[in-house]
Amino acid sequence: MISLAGRDILHSWSKFVLTGIGLGLLIGVTLSMAGIYRGMVDDAKALLNNSGADIWVVQQETQGPYAESSSLHDDVYRALLALPGISRAANVTYLTMQVRLGNTDVRTMVVGFEPGQPGEPSYLVAGRQITRSHYEAVADVKTGFQLGDTIRIRRHDYRVVGLTRRMVSSGGDPMVFIPLKDAQEAQFLKDNDAILNERARTTANPTLNRPGVPGLLDAILASQNANHNVNAVLVQIAPGTEPDHVASEIRRWKHLQAFTRAQMEEILVSKLIATSAKQIGMFLVILAIVSAAIVAFIIYTMTLGKIREIAVLKLIGTRNRTIAGMILQQAMGLGLIGFIVGKTVATLWAPIFPKFVLLEPGDAVRGFIVVMLICALASTLAIRVALRVDPATAIGG
Amino acid sequence: MKGFGIHIEGLRKRYGEGDTAVDALKDVNMTVAPGEVVGLIGPSGSGKSTLLKCLGAVIEPTAGRMILGDEVIFEDGWKIADLRALRRDRIGFVFQAPYLIPFLDVTDNVALLPMLAGKPNGEARKRANELLDALDVGHRAKANPSQLSGGEQQRVAIARALANQPPVILADEPTAPLDSERALSVVRILNDMARQFRTAIIVVTHDEKIIPTFKRIYHIRDGKTFEERGLGAA
Ligand SMILES: Nc1ncnc2c1ncn2[C@@H]1O[C@H](COP(=O)(O)OP(=O)(O)OP(=O)(O)O)[C@@H](O)[C@H]1O
Ligand SMILES: [Mg+2]
Repeated sequence: MISLAGRDILHSWSKFVLTGIGLGLLIGVTLSMAGIYRGMVDDAKALLNNSGADIWVVQQETQGPYAESSSLHDDVYRALLALPGISRAANVTYLTMQVRLGNTDVRTMVVGFEPGQPGEPSYLVAGRQITRSHYEAVADVKTGFQLGDTIRIRRHDYRVVGLTRRMVSSGGDPMVFIPLKDAQEAQFLKDNDAILNERARTTANPTLNRPGVPGLLDAILASQNANHNVNAVLVQIAPGTEPDHVASEIRRWKHLQAFTRAQMEEILVSKLIATSAKQIGMFLVILAIVSAAIVAFIIYTMTLGKIREIAVLKLIGTRNRTIAGMILQQAMGLGLIGFIVGKTVATLWAPIFPKFVLLEPGDAVRGFIVVMLICALASTLAIRVALRVDPATAIGG
Repeated sequence: MKGFGIHIEGLRKRYGEGDTAVDALKDVNMTVAPGEVVGLIGPSGSGKSTLLKCLGAVIEPTAGRMILGDEVIFEDGWKIADLRALRRDRIGFVFQAPYLIPFLDVTDNVALLPMLAGKPNGEARKRANELLDALDVGHRAKANPSQLSGGEQQRVAIARALANQPPVILADEPTAPLDSERALSVVRILNDMARQFRTAIIVVTHDEKIIPTFKRIYHIRDGKTFEERGLGAA
């Protein structure tokens, strides 16, 4: 027996291929949407992995530093180091901002870290790590910055001395690493006018500028302009210690919030990107319905165009099963063409997306199964029509 | 072929029920011997297509008897379980338009029937090509039906009707779209095939050009048949 579906597809291949390409673009969009979601999750995991921390210590009653803002005093880490089970602890700051390069600016997450401590970019693709304690920067390649570029963050210029990759915020913004002191200043320091204003106001305050108490005013002014805050302390625990235990000790004794790696992932994946994930999920549902409608419509019209042939096939003794199989196979064929086109375009255009698009083979397999199920479902309408065709109509009136 | 080609006795067909019922066939009696071609003519609405549909087992007669070969296929109800197989193996259909399957080439349009009957593809195609050669369209075997002339398409349709060597062929106005030369050639082919394969053939027609070629003609009027000797050579 020959494949009736195959012959029909070959006979009207241009219609099939064009419809398949249209469907394929839709499937490509669907796969990309799934890839965007996977990319977001992967970005979040990369953020956690690359920070090199076992525990994140943040301001009490916050879910910082990524999902909420958090502010800690920068000497907290010393007290943490005194706790058992903690091997390293380091201050970090995170600030999402526009970083200027020449006339353009790039949206980045500026990370302040202490060289050699947790929070340092884990590997470089070019250049070197920061060695001076001021005005050097390591940038993620996605910023588009080059080695030797001079970039401007707030009031200071920084030289790009190293490039790293896959270092992005949970929002997908590439990171720029600068020394902690500079970052604290960038985040907490007021502008010059505000400093002058404040200084004048303090000086004019008689309780602060008392005659007979030398040095008081200077001490107050110095403390007003100092910036001793950070957003989080990254903690590495000693081998063989339970992160949950250490985290609960920190919460208990230090009046701070502490999250383990697992808790942090929970915050990022199921809280921070939850709305985006639902948004994407909604989109996937709509795309699935649209694809099903397209396949159903195409297969239905193609079947209506073959009513006469179907009546003849039935009259000469073709089984209903064979005719239903023909229509089903055509729908599946359309789905196959669509899937191949969709997978190809999704792979081709994934690198062009500004944010990371992660096309997981598992998603492709699931996508393929869903496409085939949708096509099979969509063909039922046409099959119903075909089975109702009366072979007597082939003989005519 | 043993027994009758086609034998019909007291066949009746009523469409619908009650007030709207139409008695399309009231009393049809007909015999076609193996190897014989008979004409069936009658005015519009007289029941010609209804008769072919009953014989073709796509509608169920209301009463009467139909015999194909030596087997009673209908006697106040179908006597055969698989009507689909009956149509596939024992009845060939030729229509006014060829109704070839547009996505199969000429050979496969003909080979489809033996394939449906379970013959291997190679054997089915061999048989198809022999028939196409016999009908003088063998040179177009690899073409698409849409690339054939009307007469060629009709000959392919006849080859298809013959593909499973059915004892019976039912042709509904097979020459309507053809000019007189081609119409006569189709009738000649049907006669040749009837003789060669011992097939009983009924040709429904309005076509004045071919009516004189039949040896026997059945007239049908108001659902009843009357036999008449035709002008065709004895
Ligand atoms: N499915 C049906 N339901 C009800 N009545 C029908 C049906 N099919 C045919 N008829 C009626 O049965 C009668 C015979 O119809 P049939 O189609 O057999 O005529 P015909 O001889 O083939 O006519 P024509 O030469 O115009 O094709 C007509 O009165 C027609 O209206
Ligand atoms: Mg008719």
